[in-house]
Amino acid sequence: MKLINHTSVVKHMKPRLVINILFKSLFFAATLFGLLVLGILLYRIFTQGIAYLDMQFLQSLPSRKPEQAGIKTALVGTIWLMAVVAPISLSLGVGTAIYLEEYAKKNRFTSFIQVNISNLAGVPSIVFGLLGLTVFVRALSLGTSVLAAGLTMSLLVLPIIIVASQEAIRSVPKELREASFGMGATKWQTIVHVVLPAAIPGILTGGILALSRAIGETAPLVVLGLPLFLAFLPKSVFDMFTVLPMQIYNWTGRPQAEFQSLAAAGIIVLLVMLIIMNSIAVLIRNKYQKRF
Amino acid sequence: MLVGGEQGASAFRVKGVFILQNSTKTFSVQEMIQVKKQKKNTSSTIEKIVPILLLFTAIVSVLTTLGIVLTLIVETFTFFSRVSIVEFFTSTKWYPFSPTQGSYGVLPLVVGTLKVTGIAAIVAIPIGLATAIFLSEYASDRTRRIIKPILEVLAGIPTIVYGFFALTFVTPLLREFIPSLEIFNALSPGIVIGIMITPMIASLSEDAMSSVPNSMREGALALGSTKLEVSLKVVLPAAISGVIASVVLAVSRAIGETMIVAVAGGSTPSMSWDLTSSIQTMTAYIVQVSQGDAGYGTTIYYSIYAVGFTLFVFTLVMNLFAQFISRRFREEY
Repeated sequence: MKLINHTSVVKHMKPRLVINILFKSLFFAATLFGLLVLGILLYRIFTQGIAYLDMQFLQSLPSRKPEQAGIKTALVGTIWLMAVVAPISLSLGVGTAIYLEEYAKKNRFTSFIQVNISNLAGVPSIVFGLLGLTVFVRALSLGTSVLAAGLTMSLLVLPIIIVASQEAIRSVPKELREASFGMGATKWQTIVHVVLPAAIPGILTGGILALSRAIGETAPLVVLGLPLFLAFLPKSVFDMFTVLPMQIYNWTGRPQAEFQSLAAAGIIVLLVMLIIMNSIAVLIRNKYQKRF
Repeated sequence: MLVGGEQGASAFRVKGVFILQNSTKTFSVQEMIQVKKQKKNTSSTIEKIVPILLLFTAIVSVLTTLGIVLTLIVETFTFFSRVSIVEFFTSTKWYPFSPTQGSYGVLPLVVGTLKVTGIAAIVAIPIGLATAIFLSEYASDRTRRIIKPILEVLAGIPTIVYGFFALTFVTPLLREFIPSLEIFNALSPGIVIGIMITPMIASLSEDAMSSVPNSMREGALALGSTKLEVSLKVVLPAAISGVIASVVLAVSRAIGETMIVAVAGGSTPSMSWDLTSSIQTMTAYIVQVSQGDAGYGTTIYYSIYAVGFTLFVFTLVMNLFAQFISRRFREEY
């Protein structure tokens, strides 16, 4: 009895190989599609915005006249926002990560916190805006201040920092902790002097990525009611302010072509900031990779 | 604390020598014990307080969730005391800004959201999966190391930039082919959201496919399969839980996406399934009200919470579903 029908196998072989090659090129084309879109997007924005990008654009207040308009208030506002978000979200996020990795017992409460964090990461950013509007802007009557927006953004990026810090802390080898305990160090001493220094690159990388998410986010700030047009700079965390994405959103929504070019110029500044932050994150990751 | 511990020990020794030299001052040993005890006390107090403090920071994330749910429920409750819940879920008219009698039926906003999400899924699922298969099965290590970070750049671009791209590039481009396309429409933001979530599907699915053991691929290849057959009939089924979870997560992200639809989708709530006309999604409505001057305490103000709550439930169900799938159907190798 013949188990394999040789002629039928030979007959089917060629189309199977052809289909294989066909699909391989299809898959490759799909991969290139993403890169192509990225290329078009960057090309469009740079060609459209580069003409408006000069020192005057960075140093001017927003204006109704496109040729005089600038992003000074937005840039300063973005820096203020980062100054509030970075300490709050980092201390809360790293604290939570230390608790979950070093102290928490494996019980229902711990796994509840863990599930809660991963669900929080999936909540749309605009819903965080509603939370901030109700709690920070209205209930604590902070208004549309730097502090209200900073607190909202801190909660928004908190899951990112927690997850990154947890991974960094988990990857610190057990031997380091045991050696420290063996020398008579207490648990907290071990965490502060052994675990955290070893985990700091991973925590920093996660923190920078979370911050770059925070400076690009628009939706929650719109819901908080941040002004689209602001001609003065904030002097404290209780002052009104605006940020770069809000300014871009404002210009994008106007029908005149000049404002669209201004929006493109603003986007270039935003993207450059993001690229710098991401490069720092990558540098830190590469420098400290695989130390153990 | 390694260094600190050594210092403590040497200080002790130095003091011990000092005591031997001046044997009249015997009380200093007692003093030392006192100091040591105090030190131990403070350090043990720290050891006791720190976990509690850290527990409080961990509880902040729980409080955030609680805050979101409570805020949405309380304010939605106020809304439903003014507008009937039946009208909200069954009426097909959403005219909150009508000067005479506002009409609050959420369905047009849901339809708008579903239209955009549907287009995004049609764009993102095939391209994302094809990219994942290419990266995991066909590409060399070097290619993968170059392409994956670039795709992650796509995922890191702020959504307002995508919105700008949709309005100023994709919409005019589409109008070349579809002259009847309105300036604000469902098609353009749908496609751009699809582009935005493609890297998410590609990256997460690639992770799932890469974790399928090589022995399974080799077995299938030894039986005479082509690479395509290995990918589609062996690797994809083995990684299906991760793949489905990635798709569900990406779709949930598309539902909650705000700025792209707010910029390029328009503000016309509509029940029609026409893709070329202006729409309004749930998220875009919240943005519209937040920007306008609907005063605090008006029915319109409370309506954004009802809409936000609907949106929250949609995304929460999808996220839980994704977690359930990846846990329930995970194949351990």
